[in-house]
Amino acid sequence: MAQNARRNPGRPVFVVDGSRTPFLKARGRPGPFKAADLAVAAGRPLLLRQPFEPDALDEVILGCVAPGPDEANIGRIAALRLGCGERVPAWTVQRNCASGMQSLDAAYRNIAYGRSELVLAGGVEAMSHSPVLLSEQMVEWLADWQRARGIVQRFRTLARLRPKHLAPVIGLLRGLRDPVVGISMGQTAENLAYRFGISREAMDEYALGSHRRLATAYDNGFLEQEVETTYDGAGHHFQRDDGLRADTAMEQLARLRPVFDKPYGNVTAGNSAQVTDGCAWLLLASERAVNEHDLPVLGRIVDSEWAGLDPAQMGLGPVHATAPLLKRKRLSLDKIDYWEINEAFAAQVLACVEALKDDDYCKQELGLRKAMGEIPMERLNVDGGGISLGHPVGASGARIVLHLLNVLRREDARRGIATLCIGGGQGGAMLVENTGAGTA
Amino acid sequence: MSFKDMELKEMSNWTIEEDADGILWLNIDTQGQPTNVLTHATLDELESLLETIADSSPRGLVIGSARPGAFIAGADVKAFTRLEGAEDALKLIQRGQSIMDTLEALPCPTVAMITGYCLGGGLELSLACDYRLALDDPATRLGLPEVKLGIHPGFGGTVRSIRRLGVFQAMDLMLTGRTVDAKRARRMGLVDQVFPERQLKRAARETVLARPATARPGSLQRLANLRPARWLIARQLRKQVARKAPKVHYPAPYALIDLWERAGGEHARMYREEARSVAELITGQTAQNLIRVFQLQTLLKGVGDRKAFDAHHVHVIGGGVMGGDIAAWCALQGFRVSVQDPRPEALAQTLKRAQKQFSRRFRAYPLRGVAAADRLIPDPDGDGVAKADVVIEAIFEDLDAKTALYRDLEPRLKPEALLATNTSSIPLEQLSAELADPGRLVGLHFFNPVARMPLLEVVRGKDTRDDVMTRALSFARQIDKLPLPVKSSPGFLVNRVLMPYLLEAILLYQEGVPREVIDKAARDFGMPMGPIELGDTVGLDICLHVGEILAQELGYQVPDVLREMVEKGRLGIKTGKGFYTYKDGKKVKTKPADFDGSVDEVQDRLILRYVNEAVACLREEVVEDADLVDAGMVFGTGFAPFRGGPMHYRSQQGDEALAGRLEELESRHGERFQADPGWVM
Repeated sequence: MAQNARRNPGRPVFVVDGSRTPFLKARGRPGPFKAADLAVAAGRPLLLRQPFEPDALDEVILGCVAPGPDEANIGRIAALRLGCGERVPAWTVQRNCASGMQSLDAAYRNIAYGRSELVLAGGVEAMSHSPVLLSEQMVEWLADWQRARGIVQRFRTLARLRPKHLAPVIGLLRGLRDPVVGISMGQTAENLAYRFGISREAMDEYALGSHRRLATAYDNGFLEQEVETTYDGAGHHFQRDDGLRADTAMEQLARLRPVFDKPYGNVTAGNSAQVTDGCAWLLLASERAVNEHDLPVLGRIVDSEWAGLDPAQMGLGPVHATAPLLKRKRLSLDKIDYWEINEAFAAQVLACVEALKDDDYCKQELGLRKAMGEIPMERLNVDGGGISLGHPVGASGARIVLHLLNVLRREDARRGIATLCIGGGQGGAMLVENTGAGTA
Repeated sequence: MSFKDMELKEMSNWTIEEDADGILWLNIDTQGQPTNVLTHATLDELESLLETIADSSPRGLVIGSARPGAFIAGADVKAFTRLEGAEDALKLIQRGQSIMDTLEALPCPTVAMITGYCLGGGLELSLACDYRLALDDPATRLGLPEVKLGIHPGFGGTVRSIRRLGVFQAMDLMLTGRTVDAKRARRMGLVDQVFPERQLKRAARETVLARPATARPGSLQRLANLRPARWLIARQLRKQVARKAPKVHYPAPYALIDLWERAGGEHARMYREEARSVAELITGQTAQNLIRVFQLQTLLKGVGDRKAFDAHHVHVIGGGVMGGDIAAWCALQGFRVSVQDPRPEALAQTLKRAQKQFSRRFRAYPLRGVAAADRLIPDPDGDGVAKADVVIEAIFEDLDAKTALYRDLEPRLKPEALLATNTSSIPLEQLSAELADPGRLVGLHFFNPVARMPLLEVVRGKDTRDDVMTRALSFARQIDKLPLPVKSSPGFLVNRVLMPYLLEAILLYQEGVPREVIDKAARDFGMPMGPIELGDTVGLDICLHVGEILAQELGYQVPDVLREMVEKGRLGIKTGKGFYTYKDGKKVKTKPADFDGSVDEVQDRLILRYVNEAVACLREEVVEDADLVDAGMVFGTGFAPFRGGPMHYRSQQGDEALAGRLEELESRHGERFQADPGWVM
């Protein structure tokens, strides 16, 4: 059984190319792009540079946590607006923070199974556009108002309207709160910090590193082929992730107050992922499609894994998804050249590293004989992550896989794992390979 | 009698069917015409049809089109040129009126089912029906554009449009000649309802069966039709029209206002006088010349065959104003367009201008605006080249830069792709010299502003192959431009003819003639804008650049004052200062300085250099014939349309008179006025 499982089921799946928009920080009001606009902005240049027409795609899959009210099945909207034509089917997937990785996994499976040859898959989120809702009481009141007939009845209904009815419900905050255990995502990170003894200083230091790494990556031009300049049609253009603070310092980070556990918590806006808008797409192909269209190959998706855990500890999802993936592939941790662990919170990334090297955790929680090992920090999130460039929830899963492949190519390294924690208590991990490694 | 028994074999322009409810469905299908128009034969048949219908008292009548996407584009303009005099014209018009009367008088409900173009006589016919239902689609266009042909509606349209819309809206339609889409027509009350295609026929049927009441203009509108109000409003209207079209050049709008002021209160009388007014106008010089211009437009449309080239993707290189606007225009016309420029700021501005244009154009159909914007792809790296069916180079005018670009482009092009340059001053032979296949380069010379200028010079170099020309002309039609095939020679046609006129204006200014006097002299001749203001609008740096090239090639001088202005950075509207001063792109009005010289001489100096150069172009066969010279100058520069074009003006004035005047000017001002050998003396 284990012998068979080690082998890849089905056909090899290649990643041909990918692109993303700059990630744009939500600044308290709806940003310049709706989710579908972002999907178009990231997808158009990607498709334009392919040797085939967009209608050659077999399907389009897009991950998104909360599309706008006019964006039901946003995958289909994106496909049509990208000029893929009426005959290319498209769908939308949702697995919270891993929606963008879920879409890659779905594409990967369809290609491996032989149902598709060429698939555009990615993730998108326009968090700045998340809806502001009416309270349930207000909705009730409106229903009464609709039914009220005659002046007297209307007056009586009107008299029942109270200021509290008018208080808006911020959709984004509801979405970032676990509906089962009733704590916010930030509080789950506080849980991990408490469990593994991660200090405020360690968190801030990690956050600072994230910004520094991203700034260096931009300085070295590492993101040029990945990030597409995006235009809003009002005369502005966006070339870079605009949440990057290249000049931030420990003192500045230290001044920030906790946002989730007031007043004694340690998780601040500075050491958490930024709320942003963005989209990332990858183009996945079978060997047949690669040959038919003479496509360049960026890398290969080798395997993927999903895992569940306590929602209150959701930040350790990467640990739980990575362990069975490595086991199935009979790989030890040190065989992985580069890692992308999505930076939801500095505390959460650090906790994952701690858990992996913790004998007790690995024995008790993962059923292993001993700790899996230590991820060297110089091989983890080498060009920054959600803290410096943002975490548009539906998009990040696709972004980290694309970026990891670019890192492997750049470093002429072979294997990488992209993994993220998922609100609601899950983890997802994807093992990728640079097929050209060592040949150059 | 039943319509099955009718002698249908004699009817070639209409089909008729009776349905189970006893409703007659009458569909127009004009033979021998690219679109439905009211030809003699069509009207003849309609007349006899209506007589039969009147006798048979059907349940109702629905008039539609047998051709998808076109109702009736108007009267048969060709017939206007064959009129033998005002009497002949009057007969034709009265006959049309009487047919509309018969239609209106039918006792059964009548419905016009409008899809596509419903213009002029077509709209007049619809107005004679009890109901008008229109297809809810941007392609549905309604209007009374007769004024553009130097006439006004003559099949009862003046009476019925005012009755239906009220005087303000009706006059606005008739005086501007603009067209409106279905939604706007519904709001105005020009049509009763709009429907998607799936419901249009059912709606027509239900309308006949239910005979709903229709809305009429309110009491204010009726008040406006009383005599004292008419006097007041007519005065106002005349003032408005005078701002756009002087009476000496364009009598039709004034005739229309007079007609309404005189007879607006009595329908029968207005009806009679409408016919007389149109009969008089239509045989006049202005109308005949404007009809000529309309036919020149048809001529240019026929130069390119839309179906001759299967194109989907346009790649534009150069995201400046010109390149960006070309890209936006192509996207608007349905192409997928990539626009290449290494400067993201330039692309951002291009997309901004495009967005504005799309939202304006598709105000009633915003999703189409989104689709157009999605089709316009910023492409800093030029990835679109390999996908393009048409590549248009619109970078700065530099031979080396362009040839270097082509060297990089050529191997990446699809084999059938059209390679076009928007150059206005570099000969194609020089540009194509280093191409592996020099025969594939063609010029597509657009005019600024791209969205408003209908002409596109399609430039043939010495090496340009026939099939390349065919594809270029086809593409020009596909983006809804009027293609003018021109030889690759300095300035092609339009700039070459325009430049001596522009430089003469600047010379006059240099000599001390006030700029306002110069511009007014040109406008009085009928130019849409004075040459000095035109220079400011185009940009004086561009004028200087093109002027110097042409001056060198053709041996004339560029006035020093132009060079000085450019050196000082006074480039026209774009810098806020040129010959005039501009604020937010609008000319700051100043009091014109006194001028005691001869205004006639000013006008002659301008116009004769213009016409003289046009004669030279014809002689050198820059375009094939005189009609194409006229078409180019009217649609490329707005040369006084009521004069029918510079060559038509020449033939009306006579070579002797004009060349004689040139001689006089030459003796006074030097050899730049030397009559071209092309004049026939």
